Formats: sequence, structure tokens, C-alpha cells
Amino acid sequence: MVNTAASGKGKGPAPGAKASAAGPSPERPMTRKTPRSGEARKWGEITLFVGPALVMFLVFVVYPVASALRYSFYKWNGVKAFSEAEFIGLENYRRALFGPGVFKTAYSEPFWTAIGHNFAIIALSMSIQLPLALIIALILNRRFPGRTAVRLIIFAPYVLSEVIAGVMWLIIFDPNGIATKLFTDLGLTPPAGGWFEDQKWGFWTVFFVVTWKYLGLAIILFLAGLSGVPQELQEAASIDGASWWQIQRRINIPLIGPTIRIWAFLSIIGSIQLFDMVWVLNKGGTVGQYSTIASFMMDKGFFRKDMGFGSAIAVIMFLISLIVALLYMFFILRRDNSDSVKKAR
Amino acid sequence: MDEPVTLTWWHNAVAGDNGENLLGDYWQKVADDYHALHPNVSFQIEQIQNEDLQRTRIPVALQSGDAPDIFQQWGGGELADQADAGYLMDLSAAIPDAIAELGGAVAPWQYDGTTYGVPFTFGVEGFWYRKSLFEKAGITSEPATMDELNADVQKLKDAGIIPISVGAGDKWPAAHWWYNFALRECAKDVLQASGITFDFSDPCFVAAGEDLKAFIDTNPFQPQFTSTPAQQVPSSSAGLLATGKSAMELMGHWNIFVLDGFAADDAAKAALDADLGWFPFPATASGKGDPTAALGGGDGFSCYKDAPAACADFLAYLVSADVQKGFAEAVGSLPVNPAAASAVTNPNLQELAAVSGNAAYVQLWLDTTYGQNVGGAMNDGIVAIFAGTGTPQGVVDLMTAAAATA
Repeated sequence: MVNTAASGKGKGPAPGAKASAAGPSPERPMTRKTPRSGEARKWGEITLFVGPALVMFLVFVVYPVASALRYSFYKWNGVKAFSEAEFIGLENYRRALFGPGVFKTAYSEPFWTAIGHNFAIIALSMSIQLPLALIIALILNRRFPGRTAVRLIIFAPYVLSEVIAGVMWLIIFDPNGIATKLFTDLGLTPPAGGWFEDQKWGFWTVFFVVTWKYLGLAIILFLAGLSGVPQELQEAASIDGASWWQIQRRINIPLIGPTIRIWAFLSIIGSIQLFDMVWVLNKGGTVGQYSTIASFMMDKGFFRKDMGFGSAIAVIMFLISLIVALLYMFFILRRDNSDSVKKAR
Repeated sequence: MDEPVTLTWWHNAVAGDNGENLLGDYWQKVADDYHALHPNVSFQIEQIQNEDLQRTRIPVALQSGDAPDIFQQWGGGELADQADAGYLMDLSAAIPDAIAELGGAVAPWQYDGTTYGVPFTFGVEGFWYRKSLFEKAGITSEPATMDELNADVQKLKDAGIIPISVGAGDKWPAAHWWYNFALRECAKDVLQASGITFDFSDPCFVAAGEDLKAFIDTNPFQPQFTSTPAQQVPSSSAGLLATGKSAMELMGHWNIFVLDGFAADDAAKAALDADLGWFPFPATASGKGDPTAALGGGDGFSCYKDAPAACADFLAYLVSADVQKGFAEAVGSLPVNPAAASAVTNPNLQELAAVSGNAAYVQLWLDTTYGQNVGGAMNDGIVAIFAGTGTPQGVVDLMTAAAATA
């Protein structure tokens, strides 16, 4: 009992921690205080270390989530006091998801379109960003002059603030900008409605920008994973006559599997919550060409003063993220987690 | 002596790209002058960018119960919401003389017969155009009817000039086209009643969309207009007009500042001002609206319900004839107080003021009238027509749906 308590403290500054990590020591019971005061001390430390974080978590995460859930059952314009808002049950959810009658074209159709965009970005991330990042990482995973500079350049978009990057692309894709000029000079026709606003092109232009922005993270993560692959394995393989491609396919890629799976997880969650870039570009498009759940929520909640409805969208987005995250953890990351448990043993 | 009070004041006059802030500087002077007259009243002024102020800061401050004493007020549906929630000071009883002096322009700042704010500037919308480009295309007079406008559009196209620029990327500049068609199609009582009943069943609302669609089909706008913002960058709709790439833009009275902002120096500004002309929205062949009716809007201020009494008195001072004259002179904009009209020197603003004065009636911007919910739905529907995905009926459907949620 005492033993587990001490090791449970982990990195705590308890004098017995080191001894317990090294195995039971016969002297320890004599130097330790009574179990009771040890217990009190343990709880004191837990309170001290976890308390502030827990308070922050409760105030800034749990309370707002609970409030959003509450608001989502009301008809509330965000102007009058909430106490005067009218309780309408699940009406906001019904309007968002099923949109009976007049609400269909105004609310549920644009909402499903936005959800569709989020999931399209997930699918495209996995089918385009993942292979692309992997290939670039494998190519860069060797010594060559200027390697640091190349890595820096690749990572730069990720470090840029979303707003700055968004404004930059707005300038590039301006109707009179360099993208249009380049296209016309090459004898091609730029999209009729404009790069970001064209019904066909808008979404793809945005996906291009998003890929540009986030590809660096994937590459850097994969490179970090690759640097952890033992050099001897690759050497042994090449002595056995394996080609470069075989080494990548049989050794490098399988060994950075956990890194890829974690990146995919971050990418999926990020895709569901995608907002900043989309909003900066033009609030999801003049007619929602590249709207996402979050931009739809912002538009209806704050800009239309439909706070109850906006809250319902927020709750739906939270549930989608939660379900996707749990499914991913359960079906895909479980293997990695059990691996690490086995290794730890 | 009266008890000392400090009035907090939030307004939207922020410095532009060149660091110039004529309006902000003028408000500071007004506050200082008032303080000299009433030493017990001091001011704490915050300048906040318009969108932040209107969409986030003011609503949140009102919700929290700790709102600024004086804050920017755009009138219409938004004012009605705030008044309904009991956030605004009743100015009718406090400063009746000042309100009477301003005349009919106060109407958008009134709700249920009570005045909850006062405007300091108000103007109507019309076409800003380049005289030199009209000349180049062989246009000799300002179009008075849609047929004439269509003919002029064709002449400009033949001369290789973009006839009209529109900042449809920002939605509202595109939406203003529909408002003007609605003003021509709908009878006055139908349009005004719609702001209260939110009943859009009259066929004139669909007709407005059909007029707009027919006009868009003549291709009068610059390429990629749904990607074009209204202001700031040179490729914006105002930038195209200011740099002589397009011949016309439909815009409110503030456009003169936006256009001047593209001039490199005072000489260029003077040359641009001399080349700019203005005419009201043309008459349409059909419709029940009065051809002289105009759309317009302005800026004003409200007092928070718990603000000291000095707040109302200060607003009366702010819209008094002398302060309004000073506003017209220092800022170059259109004052509301008729006694200050003589201080306006720009010929286009003078013409605009005359059209406003002679209008059968002046309708406040429809999105402001309907409030953010229905107004926003309307703008979305209109922009969809511009983008080619929406229909005239769609605009009415979106508005009806939004009205059903309020």
C-alpha cells in the first residue's frame, strides 16, 4: 500500500520516491512517517498540483460546454438577458439536422453541406496529405547539404499565424492577383467566380491552402519518427540487397506507424474543428462554398444573433469530435497503446 | 457644483492605414469642449474597429450589465432588440428639443414612439461615377431610368471599360442592389410594414429579385465579382472606381472617404473629387414604389440605461448645430442637423443631401431594418443570386425561415 502510494507520486519530490523506484528498501518504514500523515500529504500534493489545472479546466472547459448545452435548448438572440429566453426543447437540433418545411434550405441543407466539407477534408487529408507528407519525409530523411534550411522552409507555413497566411493567400488568389495572372499568361482560364468563390473551384482552392498550411507538421512529425528508426536495421537490409524503396516499405514506414496514426488522429480532429483559415478567407465563402461546421456555427450564432441555434451546432460538433475520437482511440490507437503497455512491462 | 461624473464612450472611428483619424480626432475635440463647458463631466473614450464593436463588444457589454455610457448605434432592428431588452436610455423625455431639431432623420433610432438614439450623420445611396469615363464612352447625361442605365452599361463595355464594380465578396454591397430594386418594386406601406410584421408574402419581394437577376444577366460587373471586397485593397470595388478601372459603383454617402483613401496625395485627391459624379438609383419600368424614394442609413449614438443624466445632455450637444457644422467641416461628411447643412462643401454630397431631402421617403438599409437575423438571411439569399446558385424566391424563403426563428 505504502509502496504503490509512493510510486504513484511519480515525479513528486517525496524522499521515498527514489527508493521505491529502485525497489523496496528495508530501511524505509523507519524513515517514513505514519501512513495516515502520508495519506494526508499525498492528497495535499494532489490538491496542490492538480487543483489549479482542475479549476481552470472546470471554469474554461466544463462550464462553457455545459452552458452551450443549456443554451441549445432555448430560443435566444444573445441580446436580451438569458433569463428571458424561451425554452424550445430540441427544436434547434431539429432545425439543424432535419430542417422541416421552410428551415430546409435555410438551415439543415447548409449545415449538412458544411459537415460534408469537414469530412471531405478528412478524406482528402488521408488520401492526399498523408502520402505526400510521407514521401517528402522519406526523401528528406538523409544527410544532404542544406537539410536544416529545407526542413525550416517546409515547417514555416505551420508556424505562420492562420490570419497572416490567410491574408497572404487572399492576395495571391485576388481576382487581379498573381494566380490569375499566371493562369492567363499560360493561356488557361481562371475560375469564373474567383478562386475562392467559384462553385467548383472554391473548395479545392481552400483545400490546397489548408494542405500547404498543415503539411509541414506532418512532415516534421514523420521525420522525427524516422530519426527514431535504428540505423542498423536499414544498414542490415541494404547489405542484404534491399532497394531504397524496399527499405522504406518494409522497415521505415512500418516502424513509424505509431507516429502516422497519431498524426492522422490530430489531422482528423483538426479537420472537424477547422475554422480560422476558412473564416479569414471569407467566412466560409459567400454562399458557403467551403463552409465548415465551425464557420456555420459562428455565422448563425454570432452574426445572425441566433445563439441557441449556434449552441446546438456547437454541441453537435462536440459530439462528432468526441465520437470520432473515441472510435479512433478504440479501433486504431488501441494497438499502439497496448504495445507501449507491453513494452513498459 | 454638480457631482463629477465620467462618461465612457465607445465609437468606431479608428485610424486608417495612413494613421489619419479625422473623426476620432473630432470626437476627442467634442469631448474636450464639452468638458470645458461642464467641468464635472469627463470622458473615457475607446476607439474600436466597427465589426468588433457592433458584433462582439457592444452585445457582450450589454449582456454583462457593465456597458459603456455612450456607444455607437446603427438604429433599425438592432436598436429595437436592445430597446426590447431594456438596455437603452429613453432620450425622448430627456432631450426633446435636440431631437425635434434633427427632424425625420431620427426615425431609425426610434422604436415604439420612443427615441433611443440620435444620429450624427445620415445619407442616401446612389451611384458614384467617373465623369471622364462616361465621356470616353460617349455618355452625355446621368441615367434616370433602368433602360438608360442598361444602354450606358453597353456603351461602357463597348469602350472597354468595366461598367460597374460591386464588392459582392462582402455580401452587403451586393445586397444593396436588391434593396434598391425592392424600393422600386414595393409600395411604401408594404416595405415599411415588413420591418415590423416580417411578412414577405407580397410578390414585390420576388419581383425585386427578378429585376436583379435580369440586371446581373446583362453582365454589368467586373470579372470575379463574388471574390471582390468593397473597400481597402486596390482591387476592391471602390479601388477599381478610384483607380479608373470601373465607371460606377452603387454605394452610400461614405464612399467619398473610401475613394479619397486611394489617392496618393492632396492633388490626386482633388483631381479624383473633381472627376466624381453622383446620381440616384434610376427609376424602374415596373413596380409600385415611388421613383424618388431613396435608401439610406447613418451612424448615431445611444446611452446605456444606467448612464448618468449627463449622457443625454452630451448627445444633445453632439448633434447641436455648431457641433454638427464642425463635424461637416472637420470630417467632410454629411451632418444630420439641417442647420449645419451649409457647412457641406463637396458638390456630390450637396447633391446627395438634396436628393435625400426631396425623397418621397428614405428607407433605412433593409438589413439594418430587419435586424441581423432576417437581414443576414436576406443578404445570404441575395448573394446567392449573384453567385448564380440562388433564385428570387430563395431570398424570400430564407427571410421567411429566419423570421420564423425569432
